[in-house]
Amino acid sequence: MKYVPDATGDRHFADDLTTDRDAVDGLLSELDEYAVEQALQIAKDANDAEVTVVTVGPEDAREAVRKALSMGADRGVHVEDDDIHGSDAMGTSLILAKAIEKTGYDLVVTGMASTDGTMGVLPAMLAERLGVPQVTYLSEVNVADGKVTGRRDGDVASEELEAALPALVSVTDQSGEARYPSFKGIMAAKKKPVESLDLDDLGIEAAGVGLGGAWTKVEDAAPRPARVQGTIVTDEGAGAKQLAEFLAGQKFI
Amino acid sequence: MTEVLVYVDHVGGAVRKPTLELLTLARRIGDPVAVHLGPGGAAAAKTLAEYGAVKVLTHEAAEFADYLVVPKVDALQAAYDAVSPAAVLVPSSAEGKEIAARLAVRIGSGIITDAVDLENSDDGPVATQSVFAAAFTTKSRVSRGTPVITVKPNSATPETAPAAGAVDELAVTFSEAATGTKVTARNPRESSGRPELTEAAIVVSGGRGVSGADNFSLIEALADSLGAAVGASRAAVDAGWYPHTNQVGQTGKQVSPQLYIAAGISGAIQHRAGMQTAKTIVAINKDEEAPIFELVDYGVVGDLFDVVPALTEEVKTRKG
Ligand SMILES: Cc1cc2nc3c(=O)[nH]c(=O)nc-3n(C[C@H](O)[C@H](O)[C@H](O)COP(=O)(O)OP(=O)(O)OC[C@H]3O[C@@H](n4cnc5c(N)ncnc54)[C@H](O)[C@@H]3O)c2cc1C
Ligand SMILES: Nc1ncnc2c1ncn2[C@@H]1O[C@H](COP(=O)(O)O)[C@@H](O)[C@H]1O
Repeated sequence: MKYVPDATGDRHFADDLTTDRDAVDGLLSELDEYAVEQALQIAKDANDAEVTVVTVGPEDAREAVRKALSMGADRGVHVEDDDIHGSDAMGTSLILAKAIEKTGYDLVVTGMASTDGTMGVLPAMLAERLGVPQVTYLSEVNVADGKVTGRRDGDVASEELEAALPALVSVTDQSGEARYPSFKGIMAAKKKPVESLDLDDLGIEAAGVGLGGAWTKVEDAAPRPARVQGTIVTDEGAGAKQLAEFLAGQKFI
Repeated sequence: MTEVLVYVDHVGGAVRKPTLELLTLARRIGDPVAVHLGPGGAAAAKTLAEYGAVKVLTHEAAEFADYLVVPKVDALQAAYDAVSPAAVLVPSSAEGKEIAARLAVRIGSGIITDAVDLENSDDGPVATQSVFAAAFTTKSRVSRGTPVITVKPNSATPETAPAAGAVDELAVTFSEAATGTKVTARNPRESSGRPELTEAAIVVSGGRGVSGADNFSLIEALADSLGAAVGASRAAVDAGWYPHTNQVGQTGKQVSPQLYIAAGISGAIQHRAGMQTAKTIVAINKDEEAPIFELVDYGVVGDLFDVVPALTEEVKTRKG
């Protein structure tokens, strides 16, 4: 799960063309709350299996870990290293895969996409790197008898999927509302263990990740010219006619 | 000669429009070599050649339909090995991005997703992206490995450029991972007969203001008069008034049509993320303070129950 700048804030780029994380408050990506929720439900049905949340991110990302722990996760792993700054999807997926392998798992649950980068590629990359089946974009997920099953709603068809554990699943915002942390949960979270790992702990060369080692390079970032507000009319009976006139002028009719 | 791999998105052999856009963009970088997996390769090759494919690599295997994503990655990798392309282009659908992502890991290449334009440069293709809910435009390049780039629908106008399109059967050995995730059932979506949301030139969307599933017939009628696709805000989808596949926004579809009409939609940042790159934006909302009006080329402050049906009639009359 990822710690991201608030989407409703005024997001910017820093001078090095990475996401400016200081300009806007951060939070646990809302789309990853769905992943935490499904993980908690699956674990509960599996004789209270342990849920570990893993995040790769700056110091503040600890807040995202706390949030998940207050929702009910058992422990956290926070991969934090100055050399990670500026990593792209290839780098982040490498770091995450190593951290997940080190932690150990039967099932990895992720969100469908981060709310800042919105690439939606990390889950597939993780499955590739971990060498486990990818069961992704699920709007419904079940785990029983060593198998994951779920429904993936695509454009052309809705598919029922099935894979054996260990596996990686990603869940959509249709998978079920995420719970709010209770007061008791927030208090309990303070005592839950959070392990801190750096690149050395994971045996990753600093030169291979981060901004310097990135596989992609942002060369330019420019604010999109603000849309100039056009004509606004108030409908007093002729609104539709006026709008039709505009559409005809633009050759849409 | 520099060749560029283009992954073909098709439904049962019928090539979808984003692939034709991809072929058009690919020609700026090199000669497009299309990779067509599943049934209908020979027939599709005609269309692909018309739009510039010098070669069409095909493979037909039950695995593509019976298992998720990985068999397609195996085949695309086989094509990559056979061609040694200058770049690999894949349409930006959920599945397309997953295929591209796994290929990138396998061949140790950087990946750029959701490009809206591509140019060539001395250092390889430069991709334009629209980020942070379309508040910024970036230009990026892959700096390690062969560029793997996914391109959004409506990023270019397909242009024909007849080429040989020689069909070649691809040799594919499926990996052990290929059969990891079984597709146990597939229920095709019923076609609405309207254009595909992400491909449509015009999109008409309804939000919470539509106040009920039945009222969406007003939105559909306007859409049909304009030959448009129908979209919905998350509020309308969550209320069960319209299917999730029609949701526009961050967690729905990102559309870039010539014209976007929003009726009864406030214009939350997550909705904007899916429609802000539309060429012309029109809104109908009874609240003159609604943030959607900040984006519009033309806005009508009014009740959609009056304006939408009247507009539908106007359009029909004018179209004759
Ligand atoms: C992680 C996350 C992801 C999200 N993803 C998406 C997404 O993909 N897509 C999306 O759309 N939203 C998304 N949202 C939700 C988004 O924040 C808004 O809640 C949502 O877009 C609101 O939908 P709306 O504009 O239809 O409803 P509202 O905000 O309630 O607006 C309804 C509008 O209708 C107007 N209205 C009411 N009656 C009439 C009438 N009779 N005539 C004319 N106007 C009328 C009102 O004035 C109002 O402006 C997401 C939120 C989160 C947290
Ligand atoms: N830095 C990160 N740390 C932990 N999980 C992440 C990180 N980045 C992405 N993810 C996970 O991968 C999913 C898809 O991310 P993305 O491919 O960036 O859109 C997110 O919903 C998260 O669950």
